[in-house]
Order: sequence, then structure tokens, then C-alpha cells
Amino acid sequence: MGSEHAEFVMRGNSSCAGCGAILILRQVAEAIGPNQIMVIPACCMGAVAGRFPSASFNVPVLRTAFASAGSFLSGLDASIKARGEKTTLVGFAGDGATVDIGLAVLSGAIERGHDFVYVCYDNEGYMNTGFQRSGSTPPGARTSTTPGGVLEHYKTEARKDIAKIVAAHGIPYLATASPAHPDDLKRKVKRAAEIEGPAFLHVISPCPLGWGFPSSQTVQLARIAVESGLWKLYELDLGALRLTQSPKNRKPVREFFSVQSRFAHLTDDVYQRLQDAVDEEWKVIEEEGFSLRCETVRA
Amino acid sequence: MTSKSNMTATSAVAHAARLARVEVVAAYPITPQTRIIESISRFVADGEMKAQFVQVESEHSALAATIAASSKGVRAFTATSSQGLLYMHEMMHWAASARVPVVMANVNRAVAPPWNIYGDHQDAISQRDTGWIQLFAETNQQALDLTLQAFRIAEDERVQLPIMVNLDGFTLSHTYEQVAVPTADIVDGFLAPRDGVDWLDTEHPVTINGVVSPEHYIQFRALQKDATQRAAAVIEEIGKVFTDQFGRDSGGLISLEGVEDADIVFVTLGSVASTIRGEVRSWRAKGKRVGIASVRSYRPFPGDEIARALSGTGAVVVWDRAYSFGNGGPLAVEVKSALYGSGTRPAVLSAVGGFGGAPIGPRELAQALEWAEAALHGDGTRSEIWFGVKPYREERTPNGK
Repeated sequence: MGSEHAEFVMRGNSSCAGCGAILILRQVAEAIGPNQIMVIPACCMGAVAGRFPSASFNVPVLRTAFASAGSFLSGLDASIKARGEKTTLVGFAGDGATVDIGLAVLSGAIERGHDFVYVCYDNEGYMNTGFQRSGSTPPGARTSTTPGGVLEHYKTEARKDIAKIVAAHGIPYLATASPAHPDDLKRKVKRAAEIEGPAFLHVISPCPLGWGFPSSQTVQLARIAVESGLWKLYELDLGALRLTQSPKNRKPVREFFSVQSRFAHLTDDVYQRLQDAVDEEWKVIEEEGFSLRCETVRA
Repeated sequence: MTSKSNMTATSAVAHAARLARVEVVAAYPITPQTRIIESISRFVADGEMKAQFVQVESEHSALAATIAASSKGVRAFTATSSQGLLYMHEMMHWAASARVPVVMANVNRAVAPPWNIYGDHQDAISQRDTGWIQLFAETNQQALDLTLQAFRIAEDERVQLPIMVNLDGFTLSHTYEQVAVPTADIVDGFLAPRDGVDWLDTEHPVTINGVVSPEHYIQFRALQKDATQRAAAVIEEIGKVFTDQFGRDSGGLISLEGVEDADIVFVTLGSVASTIRGEVRSWRAKGKRVGIASVRSYRPFPGDEIARALSGTGAVVVWDRAYSFGNGGPLAVEVKSALYGSGTRPAVLSAVGGFGGAPIGPRELAQALEWAEAALHGDGTRSEIWFGVKPYREERTPNGK
């Protein structure tokens, strides 16, 4: 049985209906094939990985504590090198474990050049613990710790751009992806596994419960995120940066936001500002080319 | 041939890691541990040690990487001190409960604030309940010997638990002593390559350290408890094997001297036992019946052995270089607990001191002996003394705070 057709995600696993992360995990596992070890820190997919003695994923899975995906990958890489083996190491972690609590650990693992593929499925908050804000939650979002009230607004701060942070390490391979574009995602995962040294994928992971949309709309939402120009698909392959998708006739960003209850409070003028911001970004891309330059952004 | 040379305990531990043919070392620098990983880096750079040395970005990651390597079935080692050990705390529990036989040298150092880089045992004692086996070295030679034994004990199929070898900061780590460094052949005869299960075998995929129900959770904990209890006999057994092969008594649960006829016994951990041993010998030469029990294995705690050793004793001085705030000297509390139900009721005096490198020398020990002699004659006025504490005097910083 070819790995392309092998099933790595078992039926009856405990992911929520419409979970974006489990789609991503399945696509990643299929792209790499059976010769892989998956490291999963505390995150949604950690909980989904199975309740003893059951297991949800048909690859070896090493569950770790929250701030230790990068360090477990480092230790595994060292042990594989010590024994002269060849296995693809996959880190599969949410945004909390990646951009917040595990950031220094991931940074160290990349800086040291260990050989692994780290996939951050970004559901833009601490979804496993009930939708709290993370450093990757977009501004304007209502979360259970930015609930909005008489005195306080919803999340007001800009999100960390983890891909740019990772790119600043001079990483051999970096890409963004969406589960609505599985061919593109799998090609990137294969390239990430093929390149020696660290590789990082940042994947949008719609979360029906946390974001507040019907569970049937997960793939649709991941697609609109790309087609509206909000979620850019690109890769940085041994220093060569390119967009892998340039959406023609971009959809209004309102189509992405308006179906999610976490943005239900957004008003027309906010939608206009969000649209203007995306239009401006793409205007710069069209005129000057795509870059990963950092700018000071205000929410 | 085994050669003897002058070296610090940090060098001795590095030699032990080299001789144990450790395959992965992940560590982070901290005084007074750093010389261990510097020496290992040198061994690796010079081709004297075939290991992957990974200098990670924190102690949390040092232990995490070591655990990951050990889960893959390889022999893994790390070393730390004080703040570094505390920073590892989450992974300390992880290592023990994941049942990985990693070995770590902890060069004992005081805990901040206020900052102090010198030796005491607060770092190790604060990790007491993480599930690690904890051994304490008295000398630089024991630092080497216990590290070698630790790999064999940890990897024994009856145990499968991590081991921390404690060696006192500066007293051992920065002091030169004659150390016999065995040859690789001799060590190979004592310590075989790790025959570890690769839990991450891609041919037989399993998920490890996953979620369990309450019913299963306590099963895992019970297995861990049983293994730790079994470790006591394994420590004794491997200590004897080591003595047979190397001609030195470096291991075992406890080291006793002069306790058979003793009226007074000192009980302690680590290098201060050497100092006490010297005093005990001179006291005995003067006709005083004093003995010493040096606890080499703090976990598993040799409660029965201690109760037996103290069965004919009138007074016991337990010297702690750490404190359990709101309760007492941790070793003193455990010695009392060991005596309960044994039918022996000596006076147990809790001597607390030697914090942050403060000396425990002949003067302090003479005071403690006097105190124990008074207790022997029925003076029960003081059961705990902090040595080296001056009467409180308010000191102000230049800005008046």
C-alpha cells in the first residue's frame, strides 16, 4: 500500500466536528508517509491523539509538555544521528505552543539546525482550553479572555507574525498553507521533509467552536481566507521567497469575518478598514513584489 | 590499567559520562556545573567520546531533549545546578513518570534570591517528590563511581527510572582530589551498551505519554511506586557488583561507620559526611562512642536501614543543608519517620546549616556533639539549631530602604 493511500488518522478519534487541525494533520501525515515520528505538545491534537489504550494516529506519537515540542524534536534528532538512522521528525503544534509558551524552545531548535518539519496549525487561540486569546489571535476577535464589556474591548493587539519570526532565523524552508489547498500543502510538506535541517509550516486551522461558525464550513472558510487575500500562501525555499497563490478577483474580507461569531460585533466601518488594509497590502505586493519586511502595525 | 590523577568532581563526572559511552548529551551552562559540559564538549571535539552534544537554550529544554533521546532507546545524560534544576521541574516529573532511564549530575548549589552560587542541598530537596532516584556523592571518586552505577541502575529492567547524582558545589565541583579513572575496557565489563526499547519504532507505531482515564492514571503511578521500591535492592546489588569489580565501596543505600556501639550517630547527605567522618574518627580515638550514617540514596529512602543503624543509639544528630519551611530539616523529618514504629526512640536533633556555602567544620561539629551529649543526659530543651545564624540586626542600603 503506497503511503499516499495509507490512512494515518483513525476513525472514532475525538476531534470536534469540522476540526481544521485534524484535516491538516491527515494531509501532513499522508505527505510524509509511514517513516515518521510525530511530536505533539499540549494542544488540541494532543488531546485528540487518543486516550490510553487507544491511539488516533497510525504513526509513532510522542506526547510532550506545552513548551517542549522544539526540545523533544532536538533530542530525537540527536538520537537519530547518534544511531545513524533516517526518519522524518514532525512537530505538530498549535499556535499557543508555538508563538507563546514554546517560542524560545522552537527558536533554539531552529537555530541549532536540527532536522525536522514543524507544523503550526494556527486556530488563533487556546481552543483546547475554551477559546482564550493567544499571541496569534487577530485583533478584533472576541475570546473568552477578551470577552468585550463596558470598559474593555475585544482583542486590540496585533497578532505576532510567527512566519516572519521564524524566517528571521534564516531557516532553510518555510511555508504557509491552508487545508483548503491540500495539493499545495502536501507539496510544501514534502519539500520541507526533503530539505535537510529545520523546516516550518504555518497553516490556518479554522475552528468551528472557537471561531463560531457551522462545522460544515471549515474548508470553505480556509479557502475564503486565501481567496480574500487575508491568508497569503507563500514559501521561502533556501532563501527564495515566492507567493504560491495570488488570488485574482479577491473576495471581500467580510465574507471571511461575517460568518464567525467571534467577529459578530464588527461594524461596517471596521469592515471597511479591514478591507482597506488588505487592499493596501496587495497593492504593495503588486507594485513592489512580495516581501517579508516587518512594519509597525497598529490594531 | 586504571590511572589516578588529580581532578575536580566535575571532571570526574565528565569522565564517567565518556566511559559510560553516553550517546546524547543535552545541557545548558550554569555555575558550578558548567565544567562538566565543557569537559564533555572537549571529549566530543577531540573524538574521545562519540556522542551528540546539544547545547540547548534552557534547562527545561536540556531535560526535555534528554528525555526524548532516552525514549528513542539511546543512553542520554545531562547536568545542572540550582536555578537550572528548578527550571527543569516540569520535566523532572515528566522524566520519572515517562520512565526514561536518563542520568543527570546535579552540582548542588543554593537557590536564589538572594543570589548565591555556593553549595547547599535546597535544589535537590525541592525535587524530592518528582519520582527521581537521588544519590549523593561524598567525594570526587564517588561522583565518578556513582555516575557509572547510575546508568546501570536506571536502565535495569526492574527500575527504568531517571537518576540524579548529587555532588556538592565547590566542595567537590571545584576541589581537586585523587580520582582513579578506570579504563574503557574495565567500564565496558561493568556497564553494557543500553539495551533500550525504542518506543518510537515506526514499524510498530504507538502513542506514548498520552491521555488516560482516572482508572488508568493510578495504575501508572502504582507501577512507578513499585519500580522505585524495587530500586532500593537494585542499588544495593549493583553497589556490591561495583565493589567486586573496582575494589571500592562507593554505592549502596547508606554508608555506616562506628554505629554498632555508638551513643551518638550523625546522619547526613553528601560531602559533609567526609568532614563528619574525620571528626568521628578523632572523637572515637578519644573514647567517645560516636558513629556516622551517610545516606547515599536519598530516594529511595533507606528508612529500614536507618532505623536498624540507629537501634542502639541514644542521640542522633541529623545534619540538613536544606529546609522544609514550616516543618523542619527534611532529612531530620524523614529519620524521625523511619524510627516511628521501629521500637527505637533516640533523641533526634536537627542541625541545620551549611547554606549557601557556609562552612560546616570542626567547630560546628564540636558544638553539635556537645548538644547531643546534653540530650543523651536528658536535656531536651532544643531539638533544632540553625548553625551560623547571628542575632538579627537591621541593615540599611544607602538609599535608606
